[in-house]
Amino acid sequence: MNARASTKVFVTLFIAMHLIVILPGFFSTQGYAEQSRDVPFAPPTRLHFVLADGQFSLRPFVYGWDRAALDTGTYEIDRSQIYPLRFFTTGSPYTVVKGWVATTHLLGAEKPGRLFLFGTDDFGRDEFSRMLYGGRISILAGWIGAAIALFTGGIVGLISGYSGRWVDSVTMRLVELFMALPWLYLLFAVRAILPLRIETTDTFILLIAVVGIIGWARPARLVRSMVLSAKERNFVLASRAMGASHFHILRKHILPQVSGLLLTMAAYLIPQFILAEVTLSFLGLGIGEPVPSWGTLLAELQKYNVLVNYWWMYAPGVALVALFLIYHWASTTIQQKVEVPIA
Amino acid sequence: MRQLAWRLGQSILLLVGVSLCSFVLLSAAPGNFFDELKLNPQISSATVSALQAQYGANRPLPERYARWVASIVRGDWGYSLSYHSPVGGLVWQRARNTLLLTTFAVLLAWMVALPWGIAEALHKGGWIDRTGEVILALLLAMPDVLLALLLLLLAARTGWFPTGGMSSTDAAELSAAAKAWDLARHLFLPATALALTTMPILARHVRSAMVGVLDAPFLTAARGHGIPKFRLLSRYALPVALNSLISLFGFSVGSLLSISLLVEIILSWPGLGPLVVEAVLARDIYVVVAATMFSAACLIVGNLLADVLLYCTDPRIRPVHS
Repeated sequence: MNARASTKVFVTLFIAMHLIVILPGFFSTQGYAEQSRDVPFAPPTRLHFVLADGQFSLRPFVYGWDRAALDTGTYEIDRSQIYPLRFFTTGSPYTVVKGWVATTHLLGAEKPGRLFLFGTDDFGRDEFSRMLYGGRISILAGWIGAAIALFTGGIVGLISGYSGRWVDSVTMRLVELFMALPWLYLLFAVRAILPLRIETTDTFILLIAVVGIIGWARPARLVRSMVLSAKERNFVLASRAMGASHFHILRKHILPQVSGLLLTMAAYLIPQFILAEVTLSFLGLGIGEPVPSWGTLLAELQKYNVLVNYWWMYAPGVALVALFLIYHWASTTIQQKVEVPIA
Repeated sequence: MRQLAWRLGQSILLLVGVSLCSFVLLSAAPGNFFDELKLNPQISSATVSALQAQYGANRPLPERYARWVASIVRGDWGYSLSYHSPVGGLVWQRARNTLLLTTFAVLLAWMVALPWGIAEALHKGGWIDRTGEVILALLLAMPDVLLALLLLLLAARTGWFPTGGMSSTDAAELSAAAKAWDLARHLFLPATALALTTMPILARHVRSAMVGVLDAPFLTAARGHGIPKFRLLSRYALPVALNSLISLFGFSVGSLLSISLLVEIILSWPGLGPLVVEAVLARDIYVVVAATMFSAACLIVGNLLADVLLYCTDPRIRPVHS
């Protein structure tokens, strides 16, 4: 595969993954808290194409489970009734943005057939839908965390590098202090500011905002080192000689020089903050049930029987690896384009 | 030497800063250990306030910090309220296990990363380099949580390794050699998880450092003199590449401490990780502060060690003796 084609593939995947988690309601097959208590840990529903009489059906269909077998706790398909899949089906309502409730889902099985693409968890909740909703929380956490870290770090770095003298040395000592703390311990310390149990998504965003603040040190140091050389460039000095204000110089001459660095940092930091959220939720310090995040979904695997028996519960982990691969690719590509050192 | 003393002084200042930072952050948290006690209907409010007075928990923050520092100087790390034991012994007992684990993991990671990076650098652009890079990218994208879970699955499915803890239940009756073997078996999984998470970063740095050196004119000259390949690598190329790798060594020690926290929890290694999380949940502030101090100290010591090593290996860094 040549470079151009792989760029296309990666960009498409990047956009697709983010589109899916922006609109989890539409792409999911049901709500994240909907329970089907009669089918705990049901394996992923298989899509069939060949009818009972051997005829090929272009429209995939699913079977239901055998009632009698379900009562004994085993999953055997009942071939007496088929449920064809339909696009743009009407299903359980979800909120697109505040106040706009929709009921159209991309994919669904004809009622009363049930479609669990990635199986179900111990409450019979659809793992696929929970993974999409969980992705929304985790990726949002990554973006918000990275944005806050870049914003605070960028401003501190700009001011510290531009003003120099004692401001610079004080902030750099502070940066060293924050870099001397192992990040997970720092995360715990900052996490301790907020109450232990986090009920809603709103407080969760607050949590992520606080978490984002701990990441300011590294961007601040990188931005500062770039500003140090950027402010000595001839056109900056000329602008200063012509009496431009500091704010004007920072905004018009210095900021464009560090914007490439900021972009690279963003691609590097977003996965880090996704990981921070996953870690917190995994340890039970993040968002509470029943709202899913990739961390809480992975936390299910801490139970021995889930870890060993139900392979479909690993789906969020696979999604994480895929997402991180895409971000790693993005950060190296941007880095090559803008040619900034990152360490 | 003077440089070293200067660095040492700086490190101590840094540690003071770390302690102040974590102390303030944890004190700013809503709710403390006594609030949890108040919820317990079996404990009267008078008892709680008496306890609060006894531990000085109702004093203002600066005073508490000053008292804490004073007790540290005396070698007393405070008292854990939820474990009912002195923090120093509690943390040190766990920290020993964490240190054992991270030391093994660092060794393991470097033992894999060095040959890996060198092999890639030697075959730059070849199929070894490319497949190696793909594997590294995959490992790099693998979150440590998932990696630890997969290793746990391996242990549970195959039964080759114990799934947690540090020693078997019958360890007390074993001979010394059997004990060591038992410990090694328990150590293997967490150490592998840790090593695999840092190895890709190390291997990439080794590769880029070696690529830089291998293209240098002096190495072409040495090759021209007909020096055998192994000697060329070990005596000529590696010492030059070592500089950037030593600073990386300091970094690898520090980052491992953070990752080990998670791995320890998932693979139930009785280190600092489980202790810290329980302490955060119980609002047992002195335990958290002591553990944070310990890990920050390890990070600083790792970097200091790297500096000293650099000083020993690179004559350019040493000041000229007059």
